[in-house]
Amino acid sequence: MSFDPVILWTDALIYLLLAAGIAFGIYARRHVYVLASWRKVTHSASGMSALTILLCFILIGLLDTVHFRPVLEQSVRSSDGKQLYSAEVLSLLDLLAAPLRLQTEKTYSAPLSAHLYAKETITTPDGNQIRDFARLVHGGAHLQYPEMELVEDILWRSASGAGAGLLIWIGLVAGLGGVKARQYRISFVRMQTAIWRGATEIPWRAILMTLAIILAACGAIVALAMHYHVLGTDKVGQDVLYLSLKSIRTGLIIGTMTTLIMLPFALLLGIAAGYFRGWIDDVIQYIYTTLSSIPSVLLIAAAVLMMQVYIETHADMLDTAAARADLRLLFLCIILGITSWTGLCRLLRGETLKLREMEYIQAAHAFGVSHWRILSRHILPNVVHIVLITTVMDFSSLVLAEAVLSYVGVGVDPSTISFGTMINASRLEMAREPMVWWTLFAAFTFMFALVLSANLFSDAVQNAFDPRNRTLAGDPNRLLNNQTEEQAMAETTGTLPSDKNTSRT
Amino acid sequence: MTALLEVTDLRVLLHTGRQPVRAVDGLSLAIHPGETFALLGESGSGKSITALSIMRLLPDAGEIVHGSVRLNGDELLTLPESAMRKVRGNRIGMIFQEPMLSLNPVMTTGAQIGEVLLQHSGLRGAALQIRILELMRQVGIPDPARRMAEYPFQFSGGMKQRVMIAMALAGKPELLIADEPTTALDVTIQAQVLDLMRGLQQQENMAVLLITHDLGVVAEMAHRVAVMYAGQIIETADRERFFQSPAHPYSHKLFAALPTRKKRDQGLIVIPGNVPALSKVFTGCRFADRCDRAWEKCHQIIPPWVETAPQHHVRCHLYSDDSTERSPQSRLQSLSRTARSALDDLPLSSHTSDSTQSKPLLRVDDLKIHFPVHKGLFKRVAGHVKAVDGVSLQIDGGRTLALVGESGCGKTTVGKGIMQLIPVTSGSVRLQDKELRDLDRKQLLQKRSAFQIIFQDPYSSLNPRMRIVEIIEEGIRALGRNSDKIAASEKNQHDVDTLLMQVGLPAEAKWRYPHEFSGGQRQRIAIARALAVDPQLLICDEPTSALDVSVQAQILNLLKTLQQEHKLAYLLITHNIAVVDYLADEVAVMYLGRIVESGRTEEVLDNPKHPYTQALLSAVPTYEPGSQREIIRLQGEPPSPANVPPGCHFHPRCPHVMPICREVYPAVSRFSASHTTYCHLYHSVSQEPQDLQ
Repeated sequence: MSFDPVILWTDALIYLLLAAGIAFGIYARRHVYVLASWRKVTHSASGMSALTILLCFILIGLLDTVHFRPVLEQSVRSSDGKQLYSAEVLSLLDLLAAPLRLQTEKTYSAPLSAHLYAKETITTPDGNQIRDFARLVHGGAHLQYPEMELVEDILWRSASGAGAGLLIWIGLVAGLGGVKARQYRISFVRMQTAIWRGATEIPWRAILMTLAIILAACGAIVALAMHYHVLGTDKVGQDVLYLSLKSIRTGLIIGTMTTLIMLPFALLLGIAAGYFRGWIDDVIQYIYTTLSSIPSVLLIAAAVLMMQVYIETHADMLDTAAARADLRLLFLCIILGITSWTGLCRLLRGETLKLREMEYIQAAHAFGVSHWRILSRHILPNVVHIVLITTVMDFSSLVLAEAVLSYVGVGVDPSTISFGTMINASRLEMAREPMVWWTLFAAFTFMFALVLSANLFSDAVQNAFDPRNRTLAGDPNRLLNNQTEEQAMAETTGTLPSDKNTSRT
Repeated sequence: MTALLEVTDLRVLLHTGRQPVRAVDGLSLAIHPGETFALLGESGSGKSITALSIMRLLPDAGEIVHGSVRLNGDELLTLPESAMRKVRGNRIGMIFQEPMLSLNPVMTTGAQIGEVLLQHSGLRGAALQIRILELMRQVGIPDPARRMAEYPFQFSGGMKQRVMIAMALAGKPELLIADEPTTALDVTIQAQVLDLMRGLQQQENMAVLLITHDLGVVAEMAHRVAVMYAGQIIETADRERFFQSPAHPYSHKLFAALPTRKKRDQGLIVIPGNVPALSKVFTGCRFADRCDRAWEKCHQIIPPWVETAPQHHVRCHLYSDDSTERSPQSRLQSLSRTARSALDDLPLSSHTSDSTQSKPLLRVDDLKIHFPVHKGLFKRVAGHVKAVDGVSLQIDGGRTLALVGESGCGKTTVGKGIMQLIPVTSGSVRLQDKELRDLDRKQLLQKRSAFQIIFQDPYSSLNPRMRIVEIIEEGIRALGRNSDKIAASEKNQHDVDTLLMQVGLPAEAKWRYPHEFSGGQRQRIAIARALAVDPQLLICDEPTSALDVSVQAQILNLLKTLQQEHKLAYLLITHNIAVVDYLADEVAVMYLGRIVESGRTEEVLDNPKHPYTQALLSAVPTYEPGSQREIIRLQGEPPSPANVPPGCHFHPRCPHVMPICREVYPAVSRFSASHTTYCHLYHSVSQEPQDLQ
């Protein structure tokens, strides 16, 4: 075997999540009415475009999740003839992006530059020493006279890359059109016109447009990345594009795992407090007021430090540095999750207090429906919109929280690449003159795309799953009511993020 | 006489769904100074949108596409927004339906009235305060100097509506638009507010545009009436003429759909179908699909605006001159004939009063439900709200007992207490001779199928995230009526279909979500859900008060038919005397947690003994032309149940109050085997009453 598969803790959890997703998919296929709601998600143009982008991120994240240890060269064998594996844990993404990973420079270089960002003393072939911007080892190394050829070369390469991307896209369009045409038993041309007029039920036009942009951009970036550092390099000469790609997995994990850990607490305690009232309510309220009155950074710092000590004293448990870093990431998620459920819990308690007085809950009581069933069938589905909005809003604030914690020194392991560490590193560079802006820019762009597409997608999901959103035409009174309800909703959601941020910082 | 407000051919679109909704479609009206013009219609007919269009306060989705609105000759629709702000509150005042929502809770009432004055009158300082006082006095708020510094939460509903009226009057408007001004209020309070509005109107010679769905209010207030249906006015007439000889079939049906005692033994006339969707283009009469007098012409040609008598216009082919077939008069006669024959189709020979059953189905003795009031850091119990304070009643199988009272009197709490939805403080609730209070949760579960409840608001009584089939099955499943699981699910499906059919809905309806149904249909679903467990007693908590008149008739008919088919007993909790008169066998009148009078329906409603019952009955607005009733105006509002007056609870408002009333709660007085009351005016034994006057 030329590699040794490694399953880290977070990998296992991601596989579990994936399996749960697939299981739900199978379940939904069997239950028509569940499927009907998800079908409606696919009718939203913005939602599907967002999903396309989100899927790209998830794909990168998944590629980065398949970990293994490559075999060391044949010459190095252990005494008993066994193959030895590298101590370095790699992922599929590392393999695919090997040029990016391995082509490191000496220090900072601007995006698409052929020179370093700082002057240094260079010994010319004729023995003189001059102070100049040195050429990069990899970036633009194929150019003889970068000053003259650079722009033309970049344009040519990006154009041909984008062209190749678009070619793939055309292939995809044709393939999709063919499949769909066969499915509906109409001619290929008619299917294409239907797609491009936006007459299809699933907004293929929007999806394909998004895909076109993604593929063209990817094509150009791939073409350029062979010979340049598209997003520049950082202090130790690592490619920023590579760092950004690696950060996606960390961001996704912190976003999803923390939410998954937080949700049971928030849901169970929040709904129980609102529904049962009495002493249960009192106990839960005291717990979360206490928790949220402790500065959460302090709490997290204490927990992370304890965990660090534990890992150091049990070093033999973890054989690789990657496993150590990974465990620390997982613990960070757990700690963040345990400290951040209070906000959602408070919201859910309030909403449940309102819902429990609703007459359909009273009717359920009149039937003697069990508490558990009332909670799960009547209350939970009616608070899902709050959960969805809060978790998506939390997603971005969690990624930011990770950055803040990394700054204090209790965030992810320094060897883990994350948006937080990137932002943290670029914090000082912003003060340099001339400014090093690309690290922050890269982190910002990637986070922005990730969070925005997650937001848009969750919007589409929420709209599709709220039966009330299919407004009844012809009843102006009800329409007016719906409007005010939505405004009120917008207000509650509007207050959320600011509330969160202030409590954390 | 020139009109004060003249609206011509107003068309309003609401851009909400895929197709714009023609909420108001070619509406014209004229209101003269000093006149009350009532716009009558069911929900969704476009009344409120009309009012908002006149004020130019439409929501963003609304658009006025055509027409003109002239106030004293000034075109309002073309005014710039800044000029329009000088019109609102100054030349046109508006009162909204819900006084609880239209006042700002963090401003004192005086400041809120002052805000209007600051905007429009230029009064400042002391002059402003004096004017506020004057306004508050004018609308009958007692002790205005103190009250103006108080916040809305310190005011009761009726008082809040008075503050709203004071705000509307602040700018001395020429026109007052009142959008369902009393719908959220109790009957006795409604009578006070209507009185006030009438007085103010005469004083100030204001024109009033009264928007309402209540024929009774129209009869009390209006000079002229316009009936709105599906975005159009279909009939206008003087009040007298309208109530004596309504012309349009829809108006006829509205009258026929009202429950009264005379219709007790019949079904009510219902209007089949629903108000049509306003997004479609109409080629004929809008009412044609629901009209039993419609013929081909009605579906093909839009009916013209016909004048049947001076000042009486109607939009109906029955009255158009070119009607070749029959004269309108004969048509009308045949119309009332068919109305009667429709009645015969619903043979409801109700209550042949089989008093063979000796044991009552439900027996409630001295039921008390007190809510503790917590105070302080450690939530010590500082007092009790005596929501229900010693209520006794009994219902026989297959009979209907109505529990009548104003809001806050504890009637809903009685219902919930019987259902064991809230803890009972003391007393006994016996169902089929079994004490419910002794049962634990599990034993109660077995009993639950015997008694069920229907709620007031069909919009909040169905879980919006569950399909109808799940909603109906829930009860069946929870009460475990079918033990065998696989056979059960099939049988359940069949049961659900039958139930839906029973309440008059198609079986396919079960796959849909509640929001896809109208209010009346939702109430039917709620009834089906309650029936699913085969109960003997249904507690109906204001089952029709959230519904329109025509839909109310459908639900009442349904309740009546179900009672006969299943020998159901009803505990009807309501404030609507007409419904009581139509449906109930016995009545109990509640005031502040206690029953003050009870007896058979005829006894109590025809010959009320307790001063409160008398006042309550006299305050109900009626439209019947001949009725010369003497209205007893009650002073003040019911006190809070947390702070019950000593002696007879009613004494602070009672017109016949005697010294003894302030000290001792009266004992029972008996007038017949069933008719009892609690009042010092009568001897506590069954004797002739003392003097009433």
